[in-house]
Amino acid sequence: MDNIAGTKSSLNWAVHISVVLLVVLWIFPTVGLFVSSFRTADQISTSGWWKALFPSEQSLTLRAADPDDFAVQQADGSWVVSGNLFDGGNEAEISRWGSSSRDISAYAAGEAADLGDGESFAVEANGDYIWSSAEQPSGRGQRVFVTAVTPPEFTLENYDTVLGQGVVQSLLVYVVAAVIVGSVAGFSARALRPDHTRSAVIVFGFGTLILLSVIFGLGTGQGGGQASDDMAKAFFNTLTVTIPATIIPITFAAFAAYALAWMDFPGRALLIAAIVGLLVVPLQLALIPLLRLHLSIGIGKGYLGVWLAHTGFGMPLAIYLLRNYMAGLPRDIIENARVDGATDFQIFTRIILPLSFPALASFAIFQFLWTWNDLLVALVFLIDSSGNTTVMTRQIVELLGTRGGNWEILATAAFVSISVPLIVFFAMQKYLVRGLLAGSVK
Amino acid sequence: MSPALQGLITIFIGVGGCLAYFYGSNIFLDKVLFPAKGADAGRNINRANMVRPWLFLMPALLALGLYLAYPVVETFRLSLSERLPGGASQYVGFDNYRRMFAEDKFWEAMRNNLLWLLIVPAAATALGLLVAQLTDRIKWGSFAKSLIFMPMAISFVGAAVIFKLIYDARPADQNQIGILNALWLQFDGGFGSILILRVVPALMFAGFAAVVGYAAYLVGRPIVKPASHVVEGIAFKLLRVVGAVLLAWVAVLSALNVIDSVTLAMPYGEQQTWLTIPFWNNFFLMVVLIWIQTGFAMVILSAALRGIPEDTIEAAIIDGANPFQIFFKIKVPQIMNTIVVVWTTITIVVLKVFDIVFAMTNGQWETQVLANYMYDKLFRSNDWGVGSASAMIIMLLVTPILVWNVYNARKEMR
Repeated sequence: MDNIAGTKSSLNWAVHISVVLLVVLWIFPTVGLFVSSFRTADQISTSGWWKALFPSEQSLTLRAADPDDFAVQQADGSWVVSGNLFDGGNEAEISRWGSSSRDISAYAAGEAADLGDGESFAVEANGDYIWSSAEQPSGRGQRVFVTAVTPPEFTLENYDTVLGQGVVQSLLVYVVAAVIVGSVAGFSARALRPDHTRSAVIVFGFGTLILLSVIFGLGTGQGGGQASDDMAKAFFNTLTVTIPATIIPITFAAFAAYALAWMDFPGRALLIAAIVGLLVVPLQLALIPLLRLHLSIGIGKGYLGVWLAHTGFGMPLAIYLLRNYMAGLPRDIIENARVDGATDFQIFTRIILPLSFPALASFAIFQFLWTWNDLLVALVFLIDSSGNTTVMTRQIVELLGTRGGNWEILATAAFVSISVPLIVFFAMQKYLVRGLLAGSVK
Repeated sequence: MSPALQGLITIFIGVGGCLAYFYGSNIFLDKVLFPAKGADAGRNINRANMVRPWLFLMPALLALGLYLAYPVVETFRLSLSERLPGGASQYVGFDNYRRMFAEDKFWEAMRNNLLWLLIVPAAATALGLLVAQLTDRIKWGSFAKSLIFMPMAISFVGAAVIFKLIYDARPADQNQIGILNALWLQFDGGFGSILILRVVPALMFAGFAAVVGYAAYLVGRPIVKPASHVVEGIAFKLLRVVGAVLLAWVAVLSALNVIDSVTLAMPYGEQQTWLTIPFWNNFFLMVVLIWIQTGFAMVILSAALRGIPEDTIEAAIIDGANPFQIFFKIKVPQIMNTIVVVWTTITIVVLKVFDIVFAMTNGQWETQVLANYMYDKLFRSNDWGVGSASAMIIMLLVTPILVWNVYNARKEMR
């Protein structure tokens, strides 16, 4: 458009570069969390995560093998312990090393050092060492301080700790299987029933995923201790809060939205205005009165309370979104149906509801993200002193307090909690955008 | 009973019950209460159609009334009363408000909330507009947009963790693992530091002051020199005066910041615990919300930019307008309404901001905000009176936007 008159804008490059910069700036924080969740506690606390992607120079303290078990007497009567400092598997390259903590880079790789008492020690760049001694060495293995360039290294250890042994690995396998089954189902459906391709993919894909998880279980069943128990519990608690809190308000709101969009009755305009007003009422106001109400009628703190609360708080947006969408449906269809003798109930369930799918999906995503990410409502209406009903957001805040320094646990827990919304976000972005556009009060 | 099972049953009862209610009540209305037969058939049909909308609305209205409308009234009542031992309460007038106004922490929360209100919506909207405009005409624009939009899906708590990692500080003898400190240690007071940490912020503050000052001038000018063709009510004039004074005040403040940013002594070469530096830590918290909300602003404004009639831009190009003129004089005025909508929506989010402060600083080091102050009062000090009073303050701050929204919705429906 800007080059409409045949002149290519000279700002073109500047635009591309600034967008790249902005995007990098925006995803940088999240990438940091993601990368950190694959690093060990040591790695996280010794170097910034942005260095993790490249080989880095590290100072390591390593130990030679135990001389009591590994020393070998040579023909000339001296003793030699040899081996590799890294115990295999690590491809670090040693540049300098030392035998004392006071001078950790005393020698270059390949040099031999005299340790006194007739002992000498030599380290090669790849970590091979020869430790020779005139008399039989005893005690523990010689300590060696090395400065080595280590390649980037990542681990799934944190996920084992947070979720339980092997959960991520088995999930990955199941997802691959689900994708395969889903695409096969998709291709067959395209041939047989083209209009059901998408639903076939979704049903078979998720079906496989769930079936596999149920049959084979997730992980080895051996938990990684307290942290994993807590987090797995919190994950399922969050799910338990989220699903009913997403589905129930939709049902309530859909009927109301239909009445507001297609039925004529006195006070309709006033009601719509009231709903627009309620859209912005801060839920902070509702905390005490409703907690009191819940406590007095016996619901107390628990799932039922939090479901009801989310239903109430999501209602204005649900009605508003759905009404706007339904009001835009073509009048002819509805009038034709009426002439044909359909009742309002039939019109609603047979015509309006199927046609309103995009708006229903938009709201479902909103409500899902909001309930999944919510902290305040859960704190007030759900979490009691027993702590059995804690949700993930609460668990993470707890971790921030008690394990503020344990970045590996914290980063992994946080990433687990944001991964589900992120998947939903990228899978259904279209509906989210549509909902945002319809939902912002014009 | 396992919670998952309880959840399933609740979904079943909730959805099934809802459907059964609608189906049953419609049947009841048509067949039993006002049957469409007999002598009164015609009248009965009309009656049934009068009642039916309310059947459809009933569950939603109940939920709305109980969970949103009733609490407004009840909270107001609670804010005027005091809990007595034994569950009873007693009317105390505005005593709770008086106690609240006497607290320093409350005024700190008010000051911080004002800061948040000034900065977050402005920054998020401006950045969103910038991204929307930049990505508008490039091929991979939608990909870039979806990445910038992504933080919308991340919870405030997750974002708090992400940014705590960025703000992390290690003792001086260790490698810094927070990117901000790692960057900060690169500055040593040399030429680069002066350029980036003094000249650039000074220019930014000066630019901001100029923009706000100009806005104040625009708002205030009609008071002195009324336009001949518009007649404004006295209330509107008053609003103008208040707006102009506020804007001018902000302009003066940011102009003062120019001097500050040039003269401020900076502790080069020392790692900083960013979240404990009073006053400035507010800005580090705001960054989190700006990071999240920019995506929202971008999506809405991007759609608005797309909706601008092309011929207006075409005409401007033919008249020789440069890209900046096109943006500021043709595009922005046409999407002004949308900008206001985005601004007010983010303002509401800001007023309710709780999780970020709760998770990152919990209101320590002078970062308190109203929502967190209220939570503190309610569930830590167990002072329901003051807690309700501060909730009413939040409501009071939201009210102008509420009225504005309702007014616009009414206007649109006519």
